[in-house]
Amino acid sequence: MNTDVEKSGSERYQEREQRILDTIELRETDRVPVSFFNTFWAAKYAGMSCEQAMYDYKGLSDAMRRAILELEPDDFVCSHFMLSLGPTMEMIGYKQLQWPGHDGLNPDVSFQYMDREYMAANEYDDFLLDPTGFYLHKYLPRLATAFEPLANLPEYSSVYYTRVVHSLAVYAKPEVREALETMIRAGEEMQQMLSEAFSFIEEMKEKGYPLAWVASGHAPFDVISDYLRGSKGGMLDMFRNKDKLLESLDKLAEFIPKNMISSAKKLPGKIVFIPLHWGLDGFMSPAQFELFFWPSFRKVLITLIDAGFYPCVLWEGDCTSRLEVIKDVPAGKCVYFFERTDVFKAKEVLGDTVCIRGSVPVSLMITGTPDDVRGYCRKLIDVVGKGGGFIMDSGVGIPDEAKPENVRAMFEFTREYSANK
Amino acid sequence: MQEKSKQLVANIADMKEEEAIELAFEMLEEGYDPIEILNHCKEAMEIVGQRFESNEYFLPELMLAGEMLSQIGDKAKPLITISNAEEAESHGTVLIATVHGDLHDIGKNIVTFMLEINGFKVVDLGIDVPIAKIVSSIEDHKPAVVGLSGFLTLAFDSMKETIAAIRATGQGKDVRIMIGGGQVDDTVKNYTGADAYGGNAMDAVNLCKDWLGVAA
Repeated sequence: MNTDVEKSGSERYQEREQRILDTIELRETDRVPVSFFNTFWAAKYAGMSCEQAMYDYKGLSDAMRRAILELEPDDFVCSHFMLSLGPTMEMIGYKQLQWPGHDGLNPDVSFQYMDREYMAANEYDDFLLDPTGFYLHKYLPRLATAFEPLANLPEYSSVYYTRVVHSLAVYAKPEVREALETMIRAGEEMQQMLSEAFSFIEEMKEKGYPLAWVASGHAPFDVISDYLRGSKGGMLDMFRNKDKLLESLDKLAEFIPKNMISSAKKLPGKIVFIPLHWGLDGFMSPAQFELFFWPSFRKVLITLIDAGFYPCVLWEGDCTSRLEVIKDVPAGKCVYFFERTDVFKAKEVLGDTVCIRGSVPVSLMITGTPDDVRGYCRKLIDVVGKGGGFIMDSGVGIPDEAKPENVRAMFEFTREYSANK
Repeated sequence: MQEKSKQLVANIADMKEEEAIELAFEMLEEGYDPIEILNHCKEAMEIVGQRFESNEYFLPELMLAGEMLSQIGDKAKPLITISNAEEAESHGTVLIATVHGDLHDIGKNIVTFMLEINGFKVVDLGIDVPIAKIVSSIEDHKPAVVGLSGFLTLAFDSMKETIAAIRATGQGKDVRIMIGGGQVDDTVKNYTGADAYGGNAMDAVNLCKDWLGVAA
């Protein structure tokens, strides 16, 4: 019996939002919710190239709309924030990503992060003393060509009284002026993108689909290892610069939630997203995890929870050996989204504490059949879904190359099978 | 083994970077045979490899060990004269590449390092490597093993196409092919037609040792 047809968009929105919220708070619901999180899958499904998906804001909305209306998820992730960055990145000469159709990269492949050292080992002191000054003068100029002249800006931490007035002279320098003008144009472009994203979110809300999360952030160790020191630097600093690394992690644990909370307030919803990169099994030892990764990351989680948010943490890779340690969070406040962790064991260890999300294997979504997918979903629903506290998804969302029939199988089977149990 | 030699092996294996470098440099200045010093490094790396396999060490230790070895190597290698240089016998050649479309190289580099340290000659073709380049390099280098790496899911198809192309050539028909990285699992191994997959750098070393009949 399908009564959905008679319900208004706002009724369906409330019903879905409540189902997700109940699931996170570990209350059993009418059925297992299934969330739509993808990178390029919807665009590819609509026949767009990855390059088009990163440049055509409205085209991406069309592709997402089609996928959402077909799959009828309980919530969705707005892809624009992740994908629609092409024009702006091009305007500023952004260097941390290579993206399709740019710099010789094939128009049909995903954007890729450039793992490099963006902060030298001997710059920890600068960062710790005055992070904003370090960002303005050293870090930003390394991230994009347009930011290079920012190195000329006044050292604001030491500017006071009439020096505030004198320091204005740098803004008249031709290169600084040019940088600011480029940044204004890039800012206008970004506003256009955001306005498309916000209107798409509003439209989906009217049609009954809540946002899966309203902001995202990273673990302090990942910010160091991915975005500042590079993966090699991050790992070597555990030995070579241990104290400064730990001090920086504490500092980032203050900044990260602040930024997430202020962006989360712009959108409807209370779930925030944190994908993790370097804390998994195999990448660092349990002892290193407990020293360098977990304490500062837990601080981020607790700050977010205290501010009324529900963190959805994507534990990439396999984190099975961490389960006992990461259980130390308040019950019914977090979603742990697992990729290759043993979710059945995770249910045993964490089932009374966190809502589990995932984890139909990515390889199955790409190479398997709809029957394979249904079989795996059945097992997940029977075991991990037992008693509630489970959201269906693939390992890291729907992989770009997933077969459409497998994606449909995951959504349809989850809705039907879990409702009739 | 002399006291200092033992100490050097222990310093490297126990991740005491400063002490290891200081001692190695001191030994070289005192006239120790640079080839001996490099052999100590290898010995230490065997211990590191064992600790990695027994889950005592993880990537950060492999990374630091690599740093220690390259600092010691940079100092020792120029001191090696023709008379004491013997080309070390390698167990065989491994050709390694990140498949086309994928720009990731952290995993590939660690596998390369661990293979080299375990006595294999590695030809590293880099990232985003076109199929034709892999096929022609197999003809040029005649490797016993080909290792294909990829972090993104798009790599599944790149690996599958690359493996099909390798198998279609005379030289590549019998070459052993291993894959690894990111999402690779048994399903992906079957999908791509690879002979095996490895979950970490030591898996790659063990696969090569196994295939080439090298005693573990």
